[in-house]
Amino acid sequence: MCTYQTEQIKVTGSGKGADGWFGLTDASVYYDHPVHAAAEHSLNIDFLNPGQGPSARVAVELTAESARALAQAIEAALASVPAGLL
Amino acid sequence: MYDAVMAETISIAGHGGDQIEAYYARPLGPGPFGGVVVIHHMPGYDPQTKEITRTFAVNGYNAVCLNLYTREAAGASPDDAAATARARGGVPDERLVGDVGGAMTFLRSLPNSNGKVGTIGYCSGGRQSFLAAVSLPLDAAVDCYGAFVVGHPPEGTPLKAGPIVHLTKDLSCPLLGLFGAEDTHPSPEQVQELEQELKAQGKTYEFHTYEGAGHAFFAVNRPAYRPEAANDGWNRIWDFYGRYLAA
Repeated sequence: MCTYQTEQIKVTGSGKGADGWFGLTDASVYYDHPVHAAAEHSLNIDFLNPGQGPSARVAVELTAESARALAQAIEAALASVPAGLL
Repeated sequence: MYDAVMAETISIAGHGGDQIEAYYARPLGPGPFGGVVVIHHMPGYDPQTKEITRTFAVNGYNAVCLNLYTREAAGASPDDAAATARARGGVPDERLVGDVGGAMTFLRSLPNSNGKVGTIGYCSGGRQSFLAAVSLPLDAAVDCYGAFVVGHPPEGTPLKAGPIVHLTKDLSCPLLGLFGAEDTHPSPEQVQELEQELKAQGKTYEFHTYEGAGHAFFAVNRPAYRPEAANDGWNRIWDFYGRYLAA
């Protein structure tokens, strides 16, 4: 079913969308129907910059398992950064 | 029988007089024909919803599907538009009623209109179809698995929609409801609650809940598709509209 719950955060960084690189300001994270992935539900992430319009978007749709693995990989990557770099 | 149809993108005056993009599909015969406002699901004004709109034309109805995200995302792809609208909490109820009212007026103004207009909505559109039917003078309404007619959205969600079952007393027309027994938004208990309120208010309605089907069982491009439920559901729609919208 449509789950409706949406986590929203502010982000700082850049993303590469259909028209190339652009600055990111927001991200939405939600577990709901995918548009492309072959599943009833997926963990969807929209990297956005509302100020540049709706097409300023980098979107991914992942299985829950992949999303958890990604979250762990992010933490592992940050944990392995040499002292003083962060 | 002359069965030619035409389908094209137009704009219609909606809430506040704003020009809203719409997909308009119609039979080319003299009619008279009933009108149908197709209300798209949360993922947006997409090719599958346009195909549904054409299906109404093929079956003898003037049909319009509004792009409810025109204001947020004119010209954007449907999934980009839906992502923007989701982040902003979806379509406000007042605006939805104004937009559907504009489509209703447009359909009634067509030279081959029989003066009757119905709505049909899927998912968030199901709730919006019910909302339109308690707010506007319509002749028929179909609610396909609309969540939050009964019940609140999850805590902390940006979604602006709230329950509207208390407006059942204002229902202006017969209501057809099509639901999946395995759906949790709306759950069978929530569907029962709506049905009890319809009975209490003496409204004309027909509800069908399909075993083995969950949410989005009409969606032909998704794993949720259930051909048996969808085929039966379409037959019920033709029967229902045939009684209340046809000449």
